[in-house]
Amino acid sequence: MTHLTRRAFGALLGAGAATLAAPGLLRAQTSGRLVIIGGGFGGASAARFARIHYPDVDVTLVEPQTSFVTCPYGNLILGGKRQLGDISHSYDGLRARGAEVIHDRATEIDAEGHRVALAGGQVLDYDKLIVSPGIGLRWNAIEGYDEAASEVFPHAWWGGDGSQITLLRAQLEALPEGGIVGLAIPDNPFRCPPGPYERISMIAHHLKQANPTAKILAFDAKEGFSKQGLFQDAWEELYGDMIEWVPGNADGRIVRVDVENKLFISEFGEEHRVDVGNVIPPQYAASIVRDAGLANDTGWVPVDSRSFEAAAARDIHVIGDANIAPPMPKSGYVANSTAKTAVTAALADMTGRPAWDDPVYFNTCYSHAGDNYAFSVAAVFRATDDGFANTPDSGGVSPRGPLSELARTRRLEARYADAWYDSITADMFS
Amino acid sequence: MSTPHTPTPRVRLPRSARDGDEIEVRTLIDHPMITAVSSSDPRDMLARFEASFNGETVIAYDFRNGSAANPTFTFFVRAAAPGDFVFTWTHEDGRSFSTEQSVRIG
Repeated sequence: MTHLTRRAFGALLGAGAATLAAPGLLRAQTSGRLVIIGGGFGGASAARFARIHYPDVDVTLVEPQTSFVTCPYGNLILGGKRQLGDISHSYDGLRARGAEVIHDRATEIDAEGHRVALAGGQVLDYDKLIVSPGIGLRWNAIEGYDEAASEVFPHAWWGGDGSQITLLRAQLEALPEGGIVGLAIPDNPFRCPPGPYERISMIAHHLKQANPTAKILAFDAKEGFSKQGLFQDAWEELYGDMIEWVPGNADGRIVRVDVENKLFISEFGEEHRVDVGNVIPPQYAASIVRDAGLANDTGWVPVDSRSFEAAAARDIHVIGDANIAPPMPKSGYVANSTAKTAVTAALADMTGRPAWDDPVYFNTCYSHAGDNYAFSVAAVFRATDDGFANTPDSGGVSPRGPLSELARTRRLEARYADAWYDSITADMFS
Repeated sequence: MSTPHTPTPRVRLPRSARDGDEIEVRTLIDHPMITAVSSSDPRDMLARFEASFNGETVIAYDFRNGSAANPTFTFFVRAAAPGDFVFTWTHEDGRSFSTEQSVRIG
């Protein structure tokens, strides 16, 4: 991998690529350079898959965090079922596989020049770039909800350094007896469609033991949600009347927050006072891909359904939550599954190994609703000429029914969920 | 028979507008809109929504079985004079639910 300083990056834009050859001689000859921005479910999976299956390709992964905190299973911290260390993962495994891992923030993509600039001044050149940058939060889309406000009303919607999820957990522990926990949940599309509802469940799980007269008011911009019947059955069975879900058509859309007075203000002007507020704001693709002009006016990145190459630039493949891929959800599993197709497509030309004509993508989202109580939605997707489609007669949702009849299924799915977590994080980091 | 649900009418529109401005009016009422077509629950439906400005009807809508729960309307009105909006939802059983809001011009 060729590393240049930021100063040299500017100079090279005009100087031509010939200059790059000299530092390149210091390294062994490889069939090409793959740079990956973002070390989460998409990026880490891509790095590991590339090192295993394309050992003669140079792989460099750029990720600011030295330890990756997963969003999946973050809600279990709120429920008191996991600690931060349980969902934090080191990049040592990827280094041991020969990937170069640089802990810095990518600040600029030069698609024309095939270069990425990092905040620390380094510049990486690439033959192929995979970007899995995750989401950006639309600060002030909910009036008054900016980065400072998230220190009072945490979003806890990205892993980061873990501080948002642990802040929310600490606030729940300090909730006054009989206090009110408010959640503001956004419209589609957003990261992890069942996530807010698993979160409601895990907060209730904690409160049922620690503060049983507390209430959860969940304000939603939508009128329905993923696995709704299963969640609502669980809430009734496990938590009685602790949880009130207010849909968008019952004035559930929160349009303003007042952190000083701890208020959520609805679309029609109703003020709700909360003791703890969790605001999950509207989202778009992370800034690195928006700044590079890869996103369209929705704020997300259109991609080819077989290669994940961005519609707006050659040799840049965008995977994970940042792209537009309905009906596939913005999930860690989809990021992991599509990472492999993106690597195969990106490296086909330089390695002479063909890309897959009919790639298949998988998703399963498990949700924990209580102790030994989980359920799932699973789907198999295929590429079409203009997007993605569900594969007929595949996947499905866990059965609904009374706990007395389904206790074994719910318990088994909780174990499957734990096994899923262990296996997917191994597929990223081991 | 249980006590009938008393819905809360909600409206959102600017309290003032410039002469000639198009203003957005949003309305929402919480109501289950039970048709009783496919369930044994007793029928419980709103019959009509009407908005008037200074006594003159601006928009009126008759609900039918295809109407969803918690009906919401968004419409635009050109503000030519100051005055009072009255929003009224009438139930099939004859009860009605209203809310009002004034708009200043200038």
